[in-house]
Amino acid sequence: MTTEAAHGLPPARRLSLERLISAEQGPLDYGSRLWLKALIGLVFVALYAPILALIAFSFNDSKRNVVWQGFTTKYYLVAWENQALIEAMVNSLAIALMCTLFATVIGGATALLLWRFRFPFKAAYEGFMALPIVIPEICMGVALLVFFARTGRYMGSFESGPIAWWNSLFTVWPLNLASITIAHIAFSFPFVAVVVRARMAGFNRELDEASRDLGASEWQTFRHVILPFMRPGLIAGALLAFTLSLDDFVITFFTSGPETVTFPVKVYSLVRRGVSPDINAASTVLIVITLVATVLAMRLQRSERN
Amino acid sequence: MESWKDNRQVFWILGLPGTFWLLCFFLLPLGIIWLMSFGEKTSITEVAVTGTLVNYLRAFDPVYLQILWKSIWVSVLATALCLLVAYPVAFAICFARPVWKPLLLLLVILPFWINLLIRTYALIAVFRTNGFVNAGLGFVYDLLGLPALFGPFQPLQLLYNDFAVIAGLVYVYMPFMVLPLYATIERLDRSYLEASLDLGASQSRTFLSVTLPLTMPGIVSGIILVFIPCLGSFLTPDLLGGANAVMIGNVIERQFKAANDWPFGAALSFLLMYATFFALAVRSAMSGRKSGMEL
Repeated sequence: MTTEAAHGLPPARRLSLERLISAEQGPLDYGSRLWLKALIGLVFVALYAPILALIAFSFNDSKRNVVWQGFTTKYYLVAWENQALIEAMVNSLAIALMCTLFATVIGGATALLLWRFRFPFKAAYEGFMALPIVIPEICMGVALLVFFARTGRYMGSFESGPIAWWNSLFTVWPLNLASITIAHIAFSFPFVAVVVRARMAGFNRELDEASRDLGASEWQTFRHVILPFMRPGLIAGALLAFTLSLDDFVITFFTSGPETVTFPVKVYSLVRRGVSPDINAASTVLIVITLVATVLAMRLQRSERN
Repeated sequence: MESWKDNRQVFWILGLPGTFWLLCFFLLPLGIIWLMSFGEKTSITEVAVTGTLVNYLRAFDPVYLQILWKSIWVSVLATALCLLVAYPVAFAICFARPVWKPLLLLLVILPFWINLLIRTYALIAVFRTNGFVNAGLGFVYDLLGLPALFGPFQPLQLLYNDFAVIAGLVYVYMPFMVLPLYATIERLDRSYLEASLDLGASQSRTFLSVTLPLTMPGIVSGIILVFIPCLGSFLTPDLLGGANAVMIGNVIERQFKAANDWPFGAALSFLLMYATFFALAVRSAMSGRKSGMEL
């Protein structure tokens, strides 16, 4: 706006506009205030310095891990040779993959249900679906601990017959991870549903009607009209479920047994014994895996927006 | 949107898996521990549901009441500190140059995707007696030539106390506060601020009587979003607080693991859950009055 344009305005307004134009730092130009810049810089340093230090010191050639002694990758080798740690990592990845598969299908179906239908008590149903997102993780963890302990004991009381055979199935990897996987699906599919539903909000319902009018069956409409539109949401939801599952500690801590340790649970038991560079190395690997999954999810969401 | 009656088959196919999963593996387990919270231990593994309120009464025993009280004030303090730091940060992001905004927002969100356990572990390395903070302080101490006056540097005990727990909670849950604040400040109509300044109000007056009331919905959302996970936190007080900084989450964990008193743990879990629902109810009551609180 030019100063001429401001002359038509009442005096007070004009004054402020002139002030805005003339002053190098306008009254609303908070973004260039030095103290705000300094503060935001300080907060980001505080947020990132510990994590960056953790990553940097995974390459530090020192057991005490405070002073930089030189670059090494030997702690990655130490972590790699730690049989229990690798086993836990493999368990974590297996659980995350199974969880992703189920959570995406269930979450996608739930999202479609909420997007497509009106039904009695829908608001209450939506609230119910959001419950695993809002209740404290520890409550869900202990509830599942009791649930699996009770069902496990009941099922274990059968010594022969089909149920005993069924039980024997769940002693074999990866089915022995079933209880953790079930728990992970329970807390991650509502997140998938939220993501997919947000995507479906942008769907033009007329396309769906047109498809039906042209004689497509329910399945054909889903397969060729709805699913292609849903896909980016499904992929983003799947990656979210993957990272949620891979990262979960609290609920896994309560549902894992001595034979079924996941990576975060294993790292927890190591961390309790103190700081050591091979934990840094293992943590760095986990950070890289989750960040890659997240960046992928963001890329996919961005590319579908363009 | 069609009625469920128009296509019952599709309705059931879409609705059953999710409903089944949550009923079996969420509501049923919660129901079991809800019943258990009214029960008594009869042997090491057996619990009889007798309808007793003993477990809830025990939670109001001075020992546990003190822990409950401490959990609340630690969470309140952590939430307040988060708000104090996050508000200017959210404000600065909103008023930053458009080129910078996405990057700054990404920097706020990114820690979300880093494992909570790893972030907490990273803090241990910062706070421990021979950690980065103490190493830095020691370096400055030596640089100033203080050892000659006061003797060698004594590292500060920064871990395993309430300070460590509060610092950890602020560190871990800060993004939860920044995001809702960012969302409301971003929607703030800047002409109100301009009007206030034009009419002669000072910057601080404008902030207190215009900006703050208009961004109250975001503040409330942020407070709830940080307070709830803080109150239910288990990992942060466990790793950073050690034996000295026990919160309700740690007591619950102990009842289900070491102490093996499931009915009491169940009662505590439900008390924690009621507190959470209460906080959520406060939030929705406030959002009913004021609009613009989606986050």
